[in-house]
Amino acid sequence: MNTILECKNLTKSFGTTKALDGVNLTIERGRIVGLLGPNGSGKTTFIKICNGLLTPTSGEVRINGFNPGVETKKIVSYLPEKNYLNDWMKVSQIIRFFQDFYEDFSPEKAYDMLKRLNIDPNSRLKTLSKGTKEKVQLILVMSRDAELYLLDEPIGGVDPAARDYILDTIITNYNENAAVILSTHLIADIEKVLDDIVFLKEGQAVLNKTVDEIRDEYGKSVDALFREVFKC
Amino acid sequence: MPWELKADRPIYAQLIEQIELKICSGIYAPGSRLPSVRDLAREASVNPNTMQRALAKLEEDGLLYSTRTSGRFVTEDDNVIYQVKNKLAQEQIQDFLKKMKQLGFENKEILSMLKTMLEEVKR
Repeated sequence: MNTILECKNLTKSFGTTKALDGVNLTIERGRIVGLLGPNGSGKTTFIKICNGLLTPTSGEVRINGFNPGVETKKIVSYLPEKNYLNDWMKVSQIIRFFQDFYEDFSPEKAYDMLKRLNIDPNSRLKTLSKGTKEKVQLILVMSRDAELYLLDEPIGGVDPAARDYILDTIITNYNENAAVILSTHLIADIEKVLDDIVFLKEGQAVLNKTVDEIRDEYGKSVDALFREVFKC
Repeated sequence: MPWELKADRPIYAQLIEQIELKICSGIYAPGSRLPSVRDLAREASVNPNTMQRALAKLEEDGLLYSTRTSGRFVTEDDNVIYQVKNKLAQEQIQDFLKKMKQLGFENKEILSMLKTMLEEVKR
């Protein structure tokens, strides 16, 4: 089985608004996929459904053959859009917490990345800046040896140098057995790292192609195509 | 030589060109071992699958060869490298001629300007 995630006719309504409207998508292992779309296009809703934080109104998602639940949480590493870590904890305490929680968590990897990004493991989270907290959270997520990484805006709040390091981490961490799905607005920064692009527009997947197919067919970057498709 | 990737063309094709250039200019010497796909991808900040695809094409073209156990190497065949060098040179010249034509120069003028330039560089 090479497919890690499959969704069929996935729909989520909030009252009368359809956040997702019949999305069909198959994601293979070994791919790095960019989930792109303007604000309110359904990116976060999609990622939340995949994590079992929301339930679909109709249709379904299967991850490694399972609906989101206990089985999938073991193999999915999720970076939420919000910071959920306890402010009173030290970075080192959170690392121990994650180690207890996830079998596939590697503290060595986490400490190594902290060092590279100059973050003191003994500092308490409340003393860290917003951007540094985001880095810590991403380090925790990337220190797992998961089969699917779901990253909701992983590079939005960090400086360009850290952004490069994070992309570097995604490349280094690459593994044929795992897939990465990430949502972002910073397309130009990230498109070289992506295999596949999914454009979400008003809850529908309107385009699903590889980066090089897009550049080949349209003669422009994904970033330029996005600006054209979603021109306000 | 840093990796330079433009935004409007397929990344895969650009990686091929840049690796060809690195081989022709001797940065990757004939018979030498290439870094791993992962390291190359990291160096160029590109997706490992894209890098893999570019290397596979270069292998198909005979510029690289791989052994099952010890990795991927640059060909030792000077002839193959020479051909690629020639191809790259021709592309450069075509590009140059196109731009000169856009500026409105005729072949004769281009040739004499080029001669003068070359003389000056020699001195």
